[in-house]
Amino acid sequence: MKILVCITHVPDTTSKIQFTENNTQFDKNGVQFIIGPYDDYALARAVELKEQLGASLTVMNVGESDSDPTLRKALAIGADDAIRVNAFPKDSLFVANQIAHIAKSNGYELILMGRESIDFNGGMVHGMVGELLGMPSISPVMKLEVEGDTVKMSREIEGGKEYVEAKLPLIAGCQEPIAEWKIPNMRGIMSARTKPFSVVEPVVEEGNSRVISYELPPAKAGVKLVDKDNVEELVRLLKNEAKVL
Amino acid sequence: MSILVYIEQSEGAIKKSSLEALSFAKAFSEKIGGGEVVAVALGDIADDELTKTGTAGASKVLHVKDSRLTSGIIQAHAEAVAQVFNKIGAKTLVLAKSSLGDAVAARLSIKLNAGLVSNVVELPDTSSGFKVKRSIYTGKAFAQTEMTSENKILAVKKNAVPLKTDGATAAVETLELNLDDHNFSTKIISTDKATGEILLPEADIVVSGGRGMKGPENWNLIEDLAKELGAATGCSKPVSDIGWRPHHEHVGQTGVKVAPSLYLAVGISGAIQHLAGVNSSKCIVVINKDPEAPFFKAADYGIVGDAFEVLPKLTSAIKAIK
Ligand SMILES: Cc1cc2nc3c(=O)[nH]c(=O)nc-3n(C[C@H](O)[C@H](O)[C@H](O)COP(=O)(O)OP(=O)(O)OC[C@H]3O[C@@H](n4cnc5c(N)ncnc54)[C@H](O)[C@@H]3O)c2cc1C
Repeated sequence: MKILVCITHVPDTTSKIQFTENNTQFDKNGVQFIIGPYDDYALARAVELKEQLGASLTVMNVGESDSDPTLRKALAIGADDAIRVNAFPKDSLFVANQIAHIAKSNGYELILMGRESIDFNGGMVHGMVGELLGMPSISPVMKLEVEGDTVKMSREIEGGKEYVEAKLPLIAGCQEPIAEWKIPNMRGIMSARTKPFSVVEPVVEEGNSRVISYELPPAKAGVKLVDKDNVEELVRLLKNEAKVL
Repeated sequence: MSILVYIEQSEGAIKKSSLEALSFAKAFSEKIGGGEVVAVALGDIADDELTKTGTAGASKVLHVKDSRLTSGIIQAHAEAVAQVFNKIGAKTLVLAKSSLGDAVAARLSIKLNAGLVSNVVELPDTSSGFKVKRSIYTGKAFAQTEMTSENKILAVKKNAVPLKTDGATAAVETLELNLDDHNFSTKIISTDKATGEILLPEADIVVSGGRGMKGPENWNLIEDLAKELGAATGCSKPVSDIGWRPHHEHVGQTGVKVAPSLYLAVGISGAIQHLAGVNSSKCIVVINKDPEAPFFKAADYGIVGDAFEVLPKLTSAIKAIK
């Protein structure tokens, strides 16, 4: 079986989010970039499936050359080869079209990615790719087993989960606890250097949305502390001042 | 021109998040000076439940009675909504951001050749072009986004507009669609869901516990307070990782993002990844025995103290004002 995992190259979850150029550009200064945490779950599950099923595992990203170390890390974690579509990921539709193109050309049967990226949080790319390729798209997936050509999954819903079955080929947007994040070991890091890594040009596609400007939420006024022996005061404040009770 | 709103149900009742989406669509149609708000509901659901969409702003509900649509099969829902959208000649689709809504909206955006913006937090600005404000970086920032396509889909975040409750009743019309079997190739085998509980993503008050609660046997303290407040219960990631609480209660960067009026965090340190899931809350209260816990910096009110002492007192104090 051929598995494709799509990863995002996003600011580390502890990054301070700031903007430059009159609030039109993300400020990369001092920011460390990582594999998106949800994509990291997808990758970890894919590595397990690869071992279990003897599958091949390709990892891809739509991004500029600064994504290369992130893709290398995915190789170190266990992917066999990497593809970078050399383009700024301008919106979800653009990215989905690139993935669909690669997936169609190479005939992947199982396409995994995170439920959403942690920069734009759209959670749309898997569904778009699914529709573009005429495959089922299931998200957010918390458990995924492959049995022959059937994929058994659990999908999170508000207040619980549902158990879902579908046939390959399919696309899943993943989240925990699908697998535990894997940390690359020394051998993985060494072998990643020589694994196939291709950079391809994007297929021409216009997006249909554009960010005009960014803004930060207003700062909090500061905490008002209430004595632990006077919880009635807290209740009074919540009722009369914050008006939330 | 009509604005179509995709309605979700849970155990035969229209979800509160869908009523919020209707309120959003209604407020938007008033802002742009016209346009009927039409709801689309799929599968088995009672007429008197459907008429309730009127209170939140729908003038009409189109009901696709096909029983195969009662459960949320993503592809089938996307196909059904696309057919309805085209049938009524809508240009805008509004829906609530949710587990099913996100998945359906993404497929619809391709079917309808529509731009899709998710996590919308305000009514669109149509003074020049079509601009939408959405939350990004998991609540740490916002982006003004311009949509250039003719058809548009807006997935609305909780609390983007106040819930409308004073509308009239909506007229229910039944609609027959032609839905091919291949749309139903995904099978939902079973559902495992807490019944009668307040859903965490929709809750107006949330009480969350962290590792400071020491163990699952102490969760009655969290539950008692939640019950008194009519709140949903949440937890930090390590708490669901160790299995003290189910995964669907896990709040934060990699879990549920909540936006209640009141978020009470007990024995949670306030790591940046946890804060990412709660920073859209209107008011945050922190109870932690460590005065240096980072959560206090993100809080509106705080109590420095032992959760095991403070929680029972707080529960009684809430009871006392009822
Ligand atoms: C990529 C990534 C994603 C993550 N995503 C999430 C996420 O979505 N959600 C999330 O929550 N975390 C997430 N985390 C983990 C996060 O970094 C923290 O480790 C986690 O939030 C800590 O949980 P906690 O506050 O319950 O535990 P701790 O950090 O151990 O804090 C326990 C707190 O309880 C207090 N306490 C102890 N005893 C008492 C008492 N008797 N009374 C009152 N207070 C007491 C302590 O002072 C302390 O502040 C993520 C981490 C990474 C790297």
